[in-house]
Amino acid sequence: MDIVNDRSRSLGDFITASDDDRIICRCEEITKGEIRRAVHDGMFSMHEVRRFLRCGMGLCQGQTCGGLVRAVIARELGVPASELDDATARAPMRPVEMETFGREVAGV
Amino acid sequence: MTRYDLIVIGAGPAGLSAAAEAASHGLRVAVFDENARPGGQLFKQIHKFFGSKEHKAKIRGYDIGAELLGEAESLGVKVFLNAPVVGLYAGKEVAVNLGDEGMARFKGDTVVVATGASENMVTFDGWTLPGVMGAGAAQTMMNINRVRPGDRVLMLGSGNVGLVVGFQLLQAGCELVAVVDAAPRVGGYGVHASKLARCGVPFYLSHTIIRAEGGDRVTGVVVGRTDSRWNIVPGTEKRFDADTICIAVGLSPSTRLAQMAGCEMYDPAQGGGKLPVCDELTGETSIPGIYCSGDVSGIEEASSAMIEGRMSGAAVAHRLGYMDGREFERRLEGLERSLASLREGMFAPKNRGKTFEKTDEGFDIAAGLLGNGYLSDTEALRYPGVKSLPGIHPVIECTQNIPCNPCQDACPKGCIAVGANIVSLPVVNESAKCIGCGQCVASCSGQAVFLVNEDAGGGWATITAPYEFIPLPGKGESGRALDRAGNTICESEVVDVRVSPAFDHTCLLTFRVPKSECGRARFWKRGER
Amino acid sequence: MRLADHPILGKPVHGKPVTFDFDGRQLSGFEGEPIAAALRAASVAIHRYTKKYHSPRGIFCAIGRCTDCVMVVNGRPNVRTCVTPLEDGMTVRTQYGAGARSGEEEAK
Repeated sequence: MDIVNDRSRSLGDFITASDDDRIICRCEEITKGEIRRAVHDGMFSMHEVRRFLRCGMGLCQGQTCGGLVRAVIARELGVPASELDDATARAPMRPVEMETFGREVAGV
Repeated sequence: MTRYDLIVIGAGPAGLSAAAEAASHGLRVAVFDENARPGGQLFKQIHKFFGSKEHKAKIRGYDIGAELLGEAESLGVKVFLNAPVVGLYAGKEVAVNLGDEGMARFKGDTVVVATGASENMVTFDGWTLPGVMGAGAAQTMMNINRVRPGDRVLMLGSGNVGLVVGFQLLQAGCELVAVVDAAPRVGGYGVHASKLARCGVPFYLSHTIIRAEGGDRVTGVVVGRTDSRWNIVPGTEKRFDADTICIAVGLSPSTRLAQMAGCEMYDPAQGGGKLPVCDELTGETSIPGIYCSGDVSGIEEASSAMIEGRMSGAAVAHRLGYMDGREFERRLEGLERSLASLREGMFAPKNRGKTFEKTDEGFDIAAGLLGNGYLSDTEALRYPGVKSLPGIHPVIECTQNIPCNPCQDACPKGCIAVGANIVSLPVVNESAKCIGCGQCVASCSGQAVFLVNEDAGGGWATITAPYEFIPLPGKGESGRALDRAGNTICESEVVDVRVSPAFDHTCLLTFRVPKSECGRARFWKRGER
Repeated sequence: MRLADHPILGKPVHGKPVTFDFDGRQLSGFEGEPIAAALRAASVAIHRYTKKYHSPRGIFCAIGRCTDCVMVVNGRPNVRTCVTPLEDGMTVRTQYGAGARSGEEEAK
């Protein structure tokens, strides 16, 4: 985990790539270039990138893009994808309408 | 807050098995599932399962699902549908979205997390276009919703999901323009690949999708060959007309709820995302009383998931005092043996990522099978199931060690021997007398068994092959005999069509070819050359 | 597009035939089948246009996970059409962005 958290490390210059326009997070429409740029701007973990860009915070809650985002970050950091912890899992795991969320029923 | 002895999250094969096992010992069990229908992905599995009798081999997935669901219901398991669990807490409490009713909390003395897996994705230009979908989505559309997902489909991924769904696309009347995989070898069972190849589906290995074409929906797809560093080799681009692209590049365990509860996670050596640390047998996580069963604890077949579920269910019953120690040990031992036999062979979880050059018996693995999806005519002759004998006899083109033995059980005459180890290659016993009943042909989940009569008189040979397409040809209908690669060999007349409830929708088509072609002809297709 | 027959599954058993309104067009389907299935049977591929890039989306996972197939159903946005049963007389609109705006409003 040390290598991921070493913020003094230089990642080199950000060099644009031909596939930077490609959507990675389908729900929030976050591109590969945006994620790469975020890493260069100092967002090294899944958690930070998620908060910064909202990838994985759309309707599907990262079910589709989780692994894809991880791969982009890992590649940018030059570490194996397994070095990156998942972003925190928290309720609600599935989208819930506020109307429902606010109505707790007892004794079903 | 309502309390249950056991709360199961997910009504798929693992979850229902855990629930049924626990309920059979008298526990009060509730199962929550986000879908409108129970069964997880079992009901869209229309192929025959592998394994042996105890694993419900040669039974189709949806029948296994119906049986399991019936068992759980008859034991009083309460199944909540349209009820996504949105939170799981270390205190074994779940928060459930009951829709219009509102949010409800339930408390379990134990919890089995059986949330399964989700499909992995790859990106390419145009991958968000309508028409690009998961292979599972295509399967749901055609097998559950009974609507064709597209007319011309390209499959990305040659693992078992890609191959099985590919065949189901053909069964639904779609055209499968190609199976494409970045790996240099077919990833799934060779028998599944061969089913596609002999229907004429081309395999493009060491290829990947460069882009999906189309303005507002897929109209075409361009693939290219990859070099050893996964880069496209210039000049190798190839375009297909297609309205649908199916992605079958593996599955990832849906571990988020387990993570949320605080279960300890680890990185498996073969990659593919973090997994919960589980007891090898019972699936108990680092949090006592919370278990993980099925794909959520590591991707395997549904057959394995069902056994894992049983183990977790038994462990829960024992933990809560519904099962004494000795009974539990006996039960666990039996289940462990059953699971161990499924976890053998070349495709076993422990062998993931390994490449095999030889079978356990020492036969060379066919390069043609791995590279093109079909055995070459000479490669086929290597294996103990393929023999040239006088009269009618089975020819078993089963060339990899996979856990499966229904062919052995099916033969009433002892012509076929797999032996005690169900991953062994089937051997055709030359001294036993085949009566041509065709039970072996229908029983093979991989559709790799044929009956060959090398001399049917008049210079003809006959081939009896499994046939799972409609419309069924009639006796006397003429068409073409195809070889393993799907190439037309010659005109061929159907001489017999056998349909039987015992064959479970696999028809036996007997067609005739010149004697010299009996070692090559493996499929019959309607129409002229 | 519909499978009238199938070698393994045989003839499908459908709910009763119903009609529904898709962007002002009268379409038919079967009660209880997912809205997405009825749309697919009518060769409708585009379920929505995304918020940022206005790119078309359709069926992607078909099991309610990815939320790509969401549409405005009976005036309610973000309804997952692949898992929402079709009812007689439903109003189904192509979704534009994340809101409930219908196609007609978008055109204004």
